[in-house]
Amino acid sequence: MLEVRDLNVYYGNIHAIHDISFSVSEGEIVTMIGANGAGKSSTLNSLSGVIPYKGSVTFQGKELPVGKPHEIVTAGLVQVPEGRRIFANLSVKENLEMGAFSRKDKANLKNDYEVVYTRFPRLKERLQQVAGTLSGGEQQMLAMGRALMSRPKMLLLDEPSMGLAPLLVKEIFSIIRDINANGTTVLLVEQNANMALSIAHRAYVLETGRIILSGAASELMKSEEVRKAYLGG
Amino acid sequence: MLLQQLINGFTLGFIYALIALGYTMVYGIVRLINFAHGDMLMIGAYTGYFILNALGATPSSLVLSLVVSMMVCAVIGVALERICYKPLRTAPRINILIVAIGASLVIENGGRILPFMGPNPRQYPQLAGSVNQLDVMGQQVIISQQDIIVIVVSIVMMAGLGYIVKFTKIGKAMRAVSHDTRAASLMGINVDRIISFTFAIGSAMAAVAGVLFASKYPQVQTYMGILPGLKAFVAAVLGGIGSIPGAMIGGIILGITEILSKAYISSKMADAVVFGILVLILMVRPTGIMGKSLKEKV
Repeated sequence: MLEVRDLNVYYGNIHAIHDISFSVSEGEIVTMIGANGAGKSSTLNSLSGVIPYKGSVTFQGKELPVGKPHEIVTAGLVQVPEGRRIFANLSVKENLEMGAFSRKDKANLKNDYEVVYTRFPRLKERLQQVAGTLSGGEQQMLAMGRALMSRPKMLLLDEPSMGLAPLLVKEIFSIIRDINANGTTVLLVEQNANMALSIAHRAYVLETGRIILSGAASELMKSEEVRKAYLGG
Repeated sequence: MLLQQLINGFTLGFIYALIALGYTMVYGIVRLINFAHGDMLMIGAYTGYFILNALGATPSSLVLSLVVSMMVCAVIGVALERICYKPLRTAPRINILIVAIGASLVIENGGRILPFMGPNPRQYPQLAGSVNQLDVMGQQVIISQQDIIVIVVSIVMMAGLGYIVKFTKIGKAMRAVSHDTRAASLMGINVDRIISFTFAIGSAMAAVAGVLFASKYPQVQTYMGILPGLKAFVAAVLGGIGSIPGAMIGGIILGITEILSKAYISSKMADAVVFGILVLILMVRPTGIMGKSLKEKV
């Protein structure tokens, strides 16, 4: 479904991503784990077309444009950004409406709101509330609900566990698994390798802008190297 | 006497508020002080001038001139953004500011060499209207037809803008882009389109202000936008740049201050008082009345 070939990202003179290639098949949860600064967010932002890159990114057989992020959303590839980046000045409902901004099929919208409300009942209780007043966990749910409103074929999740209490992290990850079970492909970027590997089918390990390991998540979980570096021994 | 001055102040304040809205909306979206914004007022006023001259100064041609000048300025505002500002969006902030000042000079002086505008001031066609004399608590108060038109049109425009920003999809998207441009684009919002729309609306508001300003102070010339533009900028800063209600409040406070200084201090000092306010806000409360704490956008 997603094919990335020889992706390179530069920030001025800094070469942040070196020739990485990876793929995600339809229906999968693929995770990319690695330390802070390994290039995980840069990779996702390249896919979403918000930073310039060299290399080829094809989604469902079509090359994705650079610098036109809204077209990538329309194509069905949608990112839930790091730090959630909800619209704090808008109400919860308006945030969800913004998620549906690119939708042309008005007829199904109502039903999709209901789907999001069922998945995140706490959002439904707070529809008129200004989003900035939500707790961290609720903001993460809103960010995910907002992205789901665009009916993505594939969801890019950037550090959904960041700053959340362990219980909430569990809840968020079970929701991710559930979203995937309902037919949305997931590419998940995480520092919390343990949680990420526990729900993913396959995984890539990113280190200073290079992929150093890849394989089935269950295999990587057992790998000595990964356990030492990312799973706390 | 005071009541009369307050009415005059409100009328002028509404005009400033209309201009200030454009400053503040554009700033909210692209963090740019569009110094060519005052010139939209001038273009709007000239558009109205041609229509009123051609069709005669009647209420219906005034309405027509408001509508047409809004359209003309919307198109020019969008073109200005596309040609001058968009290529510099990722450049250092100071570059785009310099371009804005340059664009302003080009428009003002370009107008002077255009045969149908020219360097000489022109008399603005006036609606043959009545002057209403009211008796309020024993005081004689004069409200001209122009004042009533200014106040009514301004309120309609501001209510319309408030509706767009609060309730329509594109207005919500404007607020989303203003809060977090990157996140908005990740949600599928075409940020370029929202920026264009913002320039269109802001310029259309300035066009209305231009027609109203010229019917109240009946003269047009190509530099006419500079001073009201600068004062509206002060109003936007006073209200809190980036805040729409702030621009409305700031505009009205500024209009009243200007008129009261003219009436009670000195007509020559009025502008000094107005710009003194700018200095004072920047020293005491740089975020303005409705402004939030300034967080530098990353």
